[in-house]
Amino acid sequence: MNDETGSEIWVFGDYRNYFQNRVTLQLLAKARDLSRKISARVCAVVFGCGIDEYVAEYAAHGADKIYVVDHPGLERYQIDAYVALMERLCRERSPEIVLVGGTGFGREFAPRVAKRLKTGLTSDCIELYIDDEGILVQTAPAFGGNLMAVIVTRDRRPQMATVRPGMFQELPHDYEARAQIVRIDPPADPPPERLRVIRSDRRPQTDRKLEDARIVICGGRGMGSKAGFRKLFELAQLMGAEVGATRPVVYSGWANHDALVGQAGKQIKPMVLFSFGVSGAIQHTAALTGAGFVIAVNKNPDAVMMKMADVAVVADAKQVCSAMIKELRKRIRP
Amino acid sequence: MVSELPWDSKTGALKRELAEGMMNPACKCALEAALQIKETHGAHITAVAMGPPMAEEVLYEALALGADKGVLLSDRRMAGADTLATSQTLAAAIKTVSPDFDLILCGCRTIDSETAQVGPQLAEELDIPGAADIETMTLKDDLLVMERLLDDFFEVLEMRTPALVTVSTSGYTPRYPFFTGIEDAFAKPDITVMGTSDIGLNPDCVGMKASPTRILDVYSTTANKTNVVLKGAVKRIVADLFNAYGDKIGGAMGKDLQTHEHESS
Repeated sequence: MNDETGSEIWVFGDYRNYFQNRVTLQLLAKARDLSRKISARVCAVVFGCGIDEYVAEYAAHGADKIYVVDHPGLERYQIDAYVALMERLCRERSPEIVLVGGTGFGREFAPRVAKRLKTGLTSDCIELYIDDEGILVQTAPAFGGNLMAVIVTRDRRPQMATVRPGMFQELPHDYEARAQIVRIDPPADPPPERLRVIRSDRRPQTDRKLEDARIVICGGRGMGSKAGFRKLFELAQLMGAEVGATRPVVYSGWANHDALVGQAGKQIKPMVLFSFGVSGAIQHTAALTGAGFVIAVNKNPDAVMMKMADVAVVADAKQVCSAMIKELRKRIRP
Repeated sequence: MVSELPWDSKTGALKRELAEGMMNPACKCALEAALQIKETHGAHITAVAMGPPMAEEVLYEALALGADKGVLLSDRRMAGADTLATSQTLAAAIKTVSPDFDLILCGCRTIDSETAQVGPQLAEELDIPGAADIETMTLKDDLLVMERLLDDFFEVLEMRTPALVTVSTSGYTPRYPFFTGIEDAFAKPDITVMGTSDIGLNPDCVGMKASPTRILDVYSTTANKTNVVLKGAVKRIVADLFNAYGDKIGGAMGKDLQTHEHESS
């Protein structure tokens, strides 16, 4: 049956939040890009029940081949069953590379699969490419995003990586594209469900304004007071920006928890980040890895946040905020 | 920010010692969860750390907070371990020190490499049920009922002990140690330092030798920033800021900020 030779790059089909989260499509696009150098086939691997619409979507977004396990027992994302299936398929078909979206589920699923296959896994990659020896070179943040580590898995296969949503660009929908569909039977004796899902309710979609904003204004304790912090909203309105906050600000009640930018809050990737009165604790800076141009304002020129910035403005954050509001009113034409 | 690259370019290992001496925020939450279980059900808590000798500090902290015993896995041969090797080492230590454990609690991630991989891989290595990013849990006999919010789904999960949970930072608020706890921790610390052979592992099964991944390079994301410093009168700075970077800021806003008559400069 398996007539094709050559290697395969697999993308795990994570469709649970399909309309909000396009990470699988983004990974298919990246896999297409990687496949050119090693002439590999781009394959999506999807588990679930009644999942043909996703199969069609993956075909239209760059998959050459789609492995489908469609069975009522797989209706809910279930870690033990999904890991066992992925392990089995990897052992049977030896993919060269396996890419998994860095969703909550993906981040639990990928390490387990890698462990069973005794292979390497790099999490939260921001860049992937194939080097001249055909090895997948993975760049991922370390030490709170202040450092990037370049990582390879030389001798074991598959080479595995997770990637957070939004890192790569999906390919446009191609109605003409056709993929080979390989339907696979679920195992006759599925593994025992050791972690049982008792309830799984979709919550109202989390607000993603902050994560997707082109400009973010983050405020820290340097804004002085709740009233001082509120000024940032005025500036944000003028710029069409979203306001983020550090943990001390949220704890002081100057901002809601929804605004928390950091390890326990939101990851942001704006084109321009303004950081007002933020010292730069690692729990906060860890969430700024994806930020483009960074402008930091702080009285203390030695604050970590100031060292991380493209432009460091040594001044009182509140005064600069007010001055910017004035200046922008002059500069923005009605 | 670390002033020195915490990476040895010769061996390719991350130098964890530069980040040691503090307990990870998520691990503090995991310890808090353990302490709450101890208070309601009674338990013996063993805190396990792996790292250079100075990582012992976090075990003192754990003892001061209420852990009963500390185990430090410290052996040069363990250096450069990736998550696969780390999970194998931790599993061997757990089987040696506490083979009849009921529950393993881990922080959901660390703040140095924040892979969030060790917990799930440790569950695999120990061949026990596991759940990640748990916000709350209650224990009834050997049944653990847990809640988490994952990918916009609110989930209630169940598993039987022995099991492994990685604890998120949003459910538990770590306590501060009482002075008496700190005194006790330093007066009679029950901390054991163990090496590769103490946990019955072959040297080939730990550290870099047992790690499929290799770090080729580590670079600073801030090194290539020009880091322009602006100082002086606020009004002047702000005008300069928009004059120099108005294109970048305006581009992101989708507005033109460039054409402006400078009436007051």
